[in-house]
Amino acid sequence: MHTITIPINDETIRSLKVGDPVELNGIMLTGRDTVHKWMIDTFIRKTRSPQGDDLQVYAAIKPLLKNSIIYHCGPVVSGLDSKLYKFVAAGPTTSIREEPYQAEVMKHFNIKGVIGKGGMGFKTLQGCQEAPGVYFHAIGGAASFIAQSVTRVLGVFKLDFGVPEAMWVIEVKDFPVVVTMDAHGQSLHKVIEERSSKVLQGLLAK
Amino acid sequence: MQDFTEDILELIRRTSTDLPADVEESLRGSLLREEPGSAARGALETILKNVEISRQNSTPICQDTGTPIFYVHYPAGMSTLKLKEQIRNAMVAATRRSYMRPNAVDVLTEKNSGNNLGGDAFPYIHFEESENNELTIELMLKGGGCENVGAQYSLPDSRLGAGRDLPGVRKVVLDAVQKAQGQGCAPGILGVAFGGDRGAGYLASKEVLFGKMDAASPDPKLAELEQQLTSESNQMGIGPMGFGGKTTVLKTRITGLHRLPASYFVSVSYMCWAYRRRKMTIHGDLVTYD
Repeated sequence: MHTITIPINDETIRSLKVGDPVELNGIMLTGRDTVHKWMIDTFIRKTRSPQGDDLQVYAAIKPLLKNSIIYHCGPVVSGLDSKLYKFVAAGPTTSIREEPYQAEVMKHFNIKGVIGKGGMGFKTLQGCQEAPGVYFHAIGGAASFIAQSVTRVLGVFKLDFGVPEAMWVIEVKDFPVVVTMDAHGQSLHKVIEERSSKVLQGLLAK
Repeated sequence: MQDFTEDILELIRRTSTDLPADVEESLRGSLLREEPGSAARGALETILKNVEISRQNSTPICQDTGTPIFYVHYPAGMSTLKLKEQIRNAMVAATRRSYMRPNAVDVLTEKNSGNNLGGDAFPYIHFEESENNELTIELMLKGGGCENVGAQYSLPDSRLGAGRDLPGVRKVVLDAVQKAQGQGCAPGILGVAFGGDRGAGYLASKEVLFGKMDAASPDPKLAELEQQLTSESNQMGIGPMGFGGKTTVLKTRITGLHRLPASYFVSVSYMCWAYRRRKMTIHGDLVTYD
C-alpha cells in the first residue's frame, strides 16, 4: 500500500504502477462535467469570455490544483443553509465523459492525479505520460464509506453550478484508490476492454 | 384523504440508504468467487462495507441518488393528484435531510432546481388502479452512470449478426454488456425488454427490475435465456468496477412486449450494484415496507 500526501511530486507519480493500491492525504478539488467544460471554454480554448466571478475563481483554484488532484465527484452535502458543509456521500462519478477535456485540463493546471471511476481513454492516457500524472480509480457507489475519508470541507467555488457540479475544496485522510492508468502508458481499462472484446467475438460467432 | 407524506419520506430514506437484503446477499456470493487479494475482491469488500455504513448512518449508499421512479397502485377512488403532491413534498423533504442529492437540472438553463423537483416529469410517477383495497408505492433510484450505458437495438443488426429471434436478442445484450465495461458500476443487473416501441421498450426494461433477485421469467425459454446471458456476460471477465474478475452481471431479467410487424427493438437497462428499490404497502392504518 502506497501512502501519498498532496502536493505530489513527479518522482512519486512515476513510481506508481497500474494495480497499486494507494491511500491519499491532503487537499484536493472536486470537479466534473460542468467544471471541465467551463475550464476548457473559458481559460484553455477561450471560446467564451470570462463572466461574473470567473477570473477570481480561476486565480483561487490555480494554486490549489497545482501538484494536486481533481476528483470526479458530485457529492451529497449537508449544512447548505448554515454553510457548515459536510460531505454525507461522496463516491466517484463516471470519468469517461471528461475524456475530451481531461488531458488539456491536467496540463493547464499542473494537475498530477485524477480520481474517478470507469477509467478514461487514449487522450487522457497520453496526457498522463506527458504531465506526468495518474488516474486513480475509487470504488463506484461506495459513497458513505468514501465520505468518511473527507475530514473537512474547506470551501466551495461555483455553487451556482449546483451542489453536484460545484468545485468543493476538501481535505482527505486515507482516501482509498487503485491506480488503473499510470504515467508509463499502461491502462487496466485498455487491457480489460481488449480481452472482453475477444470473448464477445467468440460468443457472437456461436 | 389521509396524508402519506411522512410514510413516503420513510420509503425514500429506506430506498436510498438501506440496500435490499436479496441484493446484498447476491453481492456477498460474488465476493466469495473472486480471488483473495484481487482488486475485484477488494472492490466488493469496500462495496459491502459501504452498504453497512449507509444503513447504520442513514446516509445515501451512492451519492448519485438517481432518477426517482415511482410506481403507485392506488385503491379505486383515491386522488392521484393528491398522491402526486404528497410524493413531491416527500421528495423535497428527503432532499433537505440529505437522503437525496439535488438531482434535477433544467436542460436549457443548466440550473439545478435544488429540491429534486423538475417540471412535471421529475420525479417520474406511474399510477395504476389496484385490484384490491391496498395502496402500494414502489420506488426505484437509478443512477446516471448505469443509465448512460443502457442501450437500444433495432433488429436485424447486421454488424452483430443478430436476427429477429431469441438468438438475436442474446447477441445484442452481450454487446451492450461488453460496451458498458465497468462504467455502469458492475456487477450489474440487466433489465431487458424485447418488442414494443422505443418508449415502451425502455420503460418495460426498467419495470422488470422491480422484481426480486430470485425472480425469473414465467416463460421457460426466456428463463433459460436469462441464465445464459448472466453466465455468458460473466465469461467476458470485466468484473466488479471493470477491474477484471468473475462477476460482471449478477442477474438478467427479460420481458417481451407486442410489437409492430415492422419493428423489433431490444431495450437494455443496466442497473448498477447499488440496486435501490423498495416497496411500501398501506392497508387501512397499517404501513409496511419491504
